[in-house]
Amino acid sequence: MTAIGEKTVSNKSESTAEVVGVSPKRGIERRGQIITGLCVTLVVVLVVTLIFMVCSRGLATFTKDGIPLGSFFGGTTWNPHQNGADGVPLVGALPMIVGSFSVTLLSCLIALPFALGASIFVVEIAPGFGSKIFRPLTEVLVGIPSVVFGLVGLGIIVPWMRGLVGGTGYGILSASIVLAFMILPTITSLSTDALAAVPNSYRDGSYGLGCTRWQTIVGVVLPSALPGILTAIIMGMSRAFGEALAVQMVIGNAAQMPQGLFTPASTLTSVLTMGMGNEAMGTLPNDVLWALAMVLLIMSLVFILIVHLIGRKGAAKND
Amino acid sequence: MTDTTKLTSSTVQNPVLHTHDVTVDYSGKRALNETSLSFESGTVTALIGPSGCGKSTFLRCINLMNREIPGCVVGGKIVYHDINVNTKGIDTLWLRKRVGMVFQQPNPFRKSIYENVAFALKSHGMTKKEELDERVEKSLRAAALWDEVKDKLRDSAYALSGGQQQRLCIARTLALQPDVVLMDEPCSALDPIATFAIEETISSIARNGICVVIVTHNMEQATRVSNKTAFFYLGHMVEFGDTAQIFGAPKDQRLNDYLNGRFG
Repeated sequence: MTAIGEKTVSNKSESTAEVVGVSPKRGIERRGQIITGLCVTLVVVLVVTLIFMVCSRGLATFTKDGIPLGSFFGGTTWNPHQNGADGVPLVGALPMIVGSFSVTLLSCLIALPFALGASIFVVEIAPGFGSKIFRPLTEVLVGIPSVVFGLVGLGIIVPWMRGLVGGTGYGILSASIVLAFMILPTITSLSTDALAAVPNSYRDGSYGLGCTRWQTIVGVVLPSALPGILTAIIMGMSRAFGEALAVQMVIGNAAQMPQGLFTPASTLTSVLTMGMGNEAMGTLPNDVLWALAMVLLIMSLVFILIVHLIGRKGAAKND
Repeated sequence: MTDTTKLTSSTVQNPVLHTHDVTVDYSGKRALNETSLSFESGTVTALIGPSGCGKSTFLRCINLMNREIPGCVVGGKIVYHDINVNTKGIDTLWLRKRVGMVFQQPNPFRKSIYENVAFALKSHGMTKKEELDERVEKSLRAAALWDEVKDKLRDSAYALSGGQQQRLCIARTLALQPDVVLMDEPCSALDPIATFAIEETISSIARNGICVVIVTHNMEQATRVSNKTAFFYLGHMVEFGDTAQIFGAPKDQRLNDYLNGRFG
């Protein structure tokens, strides 16, 4: 104590100067602020310019090339190099929009029961197995590149479909199954988190009332985890909606209105990857591809928006 | 199960519940040594003692909640209405319907006020709406909550204050018409006014003939609400007697030290 006291006395003049004057650390703090601020600016600029670029090019289809909105969103024939009977180029995007939504919804429907079942098992029934084996496994699955899923689809699911229902084997159902594999780990790990986040006191309360494990899961745990599970579904949907490569490999890529689950079709993404390299910038066929990209971008923004709305509603309910 | 006439006649004189040499081990480590206590209908028994003394552990044995914890082994006999429930074959669901439990943190379900009370009733097979309505009202009245919530039964339980949530949890337990209610520090998360309301509720449900066992850190609370008190220390049940005697003329030195604030 005395030693410190003496030191304080002897350093009195210096410490006063430190308090009144400019701290030597301030320069470092300023530099840190500038560097992190620049990083933030870069990210913001990137996002804004990206959206601006896609939208301005995409909107050129309607402004510069004069395609009516109705024939883009409502037309069912996609052949940008030809004009229809009314002189307007054949750029109906409806087949791709329908294709994208069908594979997204179908793949979610296929994946959801398995994802939910798995996460209920690892959270409620075998937590040890869940944390030691299952979670690392799903993390590995999340990291598998989509082209691998596409290859598996091409090598197994397409021939299997061909044998099962005839035809080429390419189509919406094949794509949905491949996508379901892809989004299964995403939905599983997010809904596992959602279930694990349900406080144990809820389960205690239910067990304390003499309810069975099943009644507890269905009546207490799942309703409490619902916002998180919905978020998991939407994240899975947005991944499915945006996936290009794996879908393109198994959907057959026929730019026509989907006739059924087993006939070749196409999605926004598959048309984009097929066509983008082949059209000259500034021409109409190129512009309409940008318009497709704009639709994709808007849809993913909508997905994110839904996630945020669910999150806010869940948070409000927690209060 | 024995026939019901025998059950009701035995509750008047005999303890509704008693434990005989109950022990608890967590993964081989002893948490509670042989504890024998008996609890009567219409009385409130307080379990007191410093943290980690085994009082909550003991409470959680009574309705076999410890069975939900992996590695927990409960020894000895827990006799509820002449039936030893600490056996492998016992139907824990049947027991927990009759021996209700209220927890430390108010833990209403993420449902409406009405559904919080009706959930367990529905799980146990009550389906008629009139029956449910009647039981929900009766339980909320018994927990002294009805007047505050009768106009907003469909609102989320989370719109209630902490004290109201805890009384909702009591109502939810009473809805199953138990004859024993276990309470694990039900007021420790509440302010003094809410605590007072809960204590009133405890006294009133005991007057209705229910046996209440309450774990509490708050010794004033023990003197206010309980008829009997058991003192736990380091995994031993040290002294058990009338609350007035425990606080007025403690026999054991450790209890005396604890009451005088020498530890804990």
